[in-house]
Amino acid sequence: MKIIVLVKEVPDTYGERKLDLETGLADRAASEAVLDEIGERALEVALAHADAHADTEVVVMSMAPESAATTIRKGLAMGAGSAVHIADPGLAAADLGLTARTLAAAIQRTGFDLVITGNLSTDGSGGVMPAMLAELLEVPNATALTSVEIADDAVSGTRGVDGGTMRVRAPLPAVVSITEALPDARFPNFKGIMAAKKKPFETLSAADLGIEPEDLSVPVSIMTAVAEKPPRTAGTKITDEGDGGTRIAEFLIENRLV
Amino acid sequence: MTDHPADAILVVLETTPAGELASSAAGLLAAASGIGTPVGLAVTAPGASQAVAERAAALGAERVLAVETTATQSELTVPQVDALAAAAALLAPHAVLVSNSIEGRDIAGRFAARTGAPIAVDAIGVSRDDEGVLAHHSVYGAAYTADSAATFGPLVVTVRQGAVDARADARPVALEALEVTASGAASAAIESVEAVAETSSRPELRGAKRVVSGGRGLGSAEQFALVEELADALGAAVGASRAAVDAGYVPASHQVGQTGVAVSPQLYIALGISGAIQHRAGMQTAKNIVAVNKDPDAPIFDVADFGVVGDVFTVVPQLISALAERSR
Repeated sequence: MKIIVLVKEVPDTYGERKLDLETGLADRAASEAVLDEIGERALEVALAHADAHADTEVVVMSMAPESAATTIRKGLAMGAGSAVHIADPGLAAADLGLTARTLAAAIQRTGFDLVITGNLSTDGSGGVMPAMLAELLEVPNATALTSVEIADDAVSGTRGVDGGTMRVRAPLPAVVSITEALPDARFPNFKGIMAAKKKPFETLSAADLGIEPEDLSVPVSIMTAVAEKPPRTAGTKITDEGDGGTRIAEFLIENRLV
Repeated sequence: MTDHPADAILVVLETTPAGELASSAAGLLAAASGIGTPVGLAVTAPGASQAVAERAAALGAERVLAVETTATQSELTVPQVDALAAAAALLAPHAVLVSNSIEGRDIAGRFAARTGAPIAVDAIGVSRDDEGVLAHHSVYGAAYTADSAATFGPLVVTVRQGAVDARADARPVALEALEVTASGAASAAIESVEAVAETSSRPELRGAKRVVSGGRGLGSAEQFALVEELADALGAAVGASRAAVDAGYVPASHQVGQTGVAVSPQLYIALGISGAIQHRAGMQTAKNIVAVNKDPDAPIFDVADFGVVGDVFTVVPQLISALAERSR
């Protein structure tokens, strides 16, 4: 069983995150970069399966600038067997379509039985990538899983949908995405960190994958404007002197909120 | 051959597990009517399309293309994508609007990948300029705004639930059956669906007009009932901070924030929530924010329109009785 886990370097949500107002791209220097937590949970699902099934191969994959190599390596330290890093300056402003085509090409090249991703990244919050990849790879998608069972020939699980829950099952190969309901990821230990240095780490360019980033015959989504919003300012702050609840009621009534 | 509007905006109409039109449809149809002629696409169980079309017309759909099939009960995502591809081929829409829901994201993602159409995600609104349709986004927890557009061709847009307040005028019902050829694309099998039993009459968090959220400051699952009591007094949905969810006070489905549900209600009341940046990211687009917290330095006060430094267990009961007094 070969499992590819997609991980993403994102600006740490514990710090301030910035967009470059000239380019509209993430200002990577402005905040600390971390591995997105949901991707770590996705990796945990694969590693837990590998713990119980010795013939499992786990590959972490990411499309990110060259500087993200250290972050991706954390996946190796946690226990993945190898890493694939697609790093190409031509992909810096890639939209979701180009990103999906590039990742799909890299996944095909690596070979897979199962692709596991997080359901939503903390920076883009798009949540469309798993379905886009499934379409391009011509395999089933089973997204937003809150539990995952991996068998030799199929993956099944429960997904929370709007207004209910659903049990789904997909024959392999397949693409699944998982939610925060899945367990926290393990911490890399010293042995893992040392071992990670010797694990295969492949760096690919767009050309290696037969991808032409600036193909103008393909429609793309572009950012036409970006602006910083003035921070929300604090309003009235009072200290409760026995009438705090009444004062809130007055505020709600004055502003026609009740 | 029926004439189709030249400026069609195709709206994917989602239905609930019970077969009714999902609440997200109202905002999507209103957004679509602001940039063109809204045409709905309904993929329903056999016999159910008429009711969905009538509801959609009341919300502004110029017409509804209907596909009645049992496939959506056994196959995940693909039947809706096949229908959407057929509808888009028929209409040549200027944009395709889909709810940023779990199902909507999958449908939009597969459709965009299949047709090569550019996709804009988690938009809070759409507009049109000389060059076409623009999607508006709120980025990094509302710290930035950004616009996106397609270089050419239709733009697929997933729209954040509850973000569009506008409502379109009702139109006469027009239902048109749509022929769909199954793509045969591999799909996951749906083994069973369980609708979550409505345990209360409280509104759903996503898209709610009012939200009352509780944090670690509530102290225990039992005491979290105070949040629910105020929510009921206001007809509000119940939310929670991640700390409250992690402490087991409420199920994770109530989590508001970066990694939970992002809400933009008219009124957001934060009780015993410190206001970590991850929480603020999911609620600071609320029109009015009220906060109660013991700690005068809690960051939630930086974004609150009205803040009370005090004990939630004395302030909130007083607020509840003041509201009850008023409604008497």
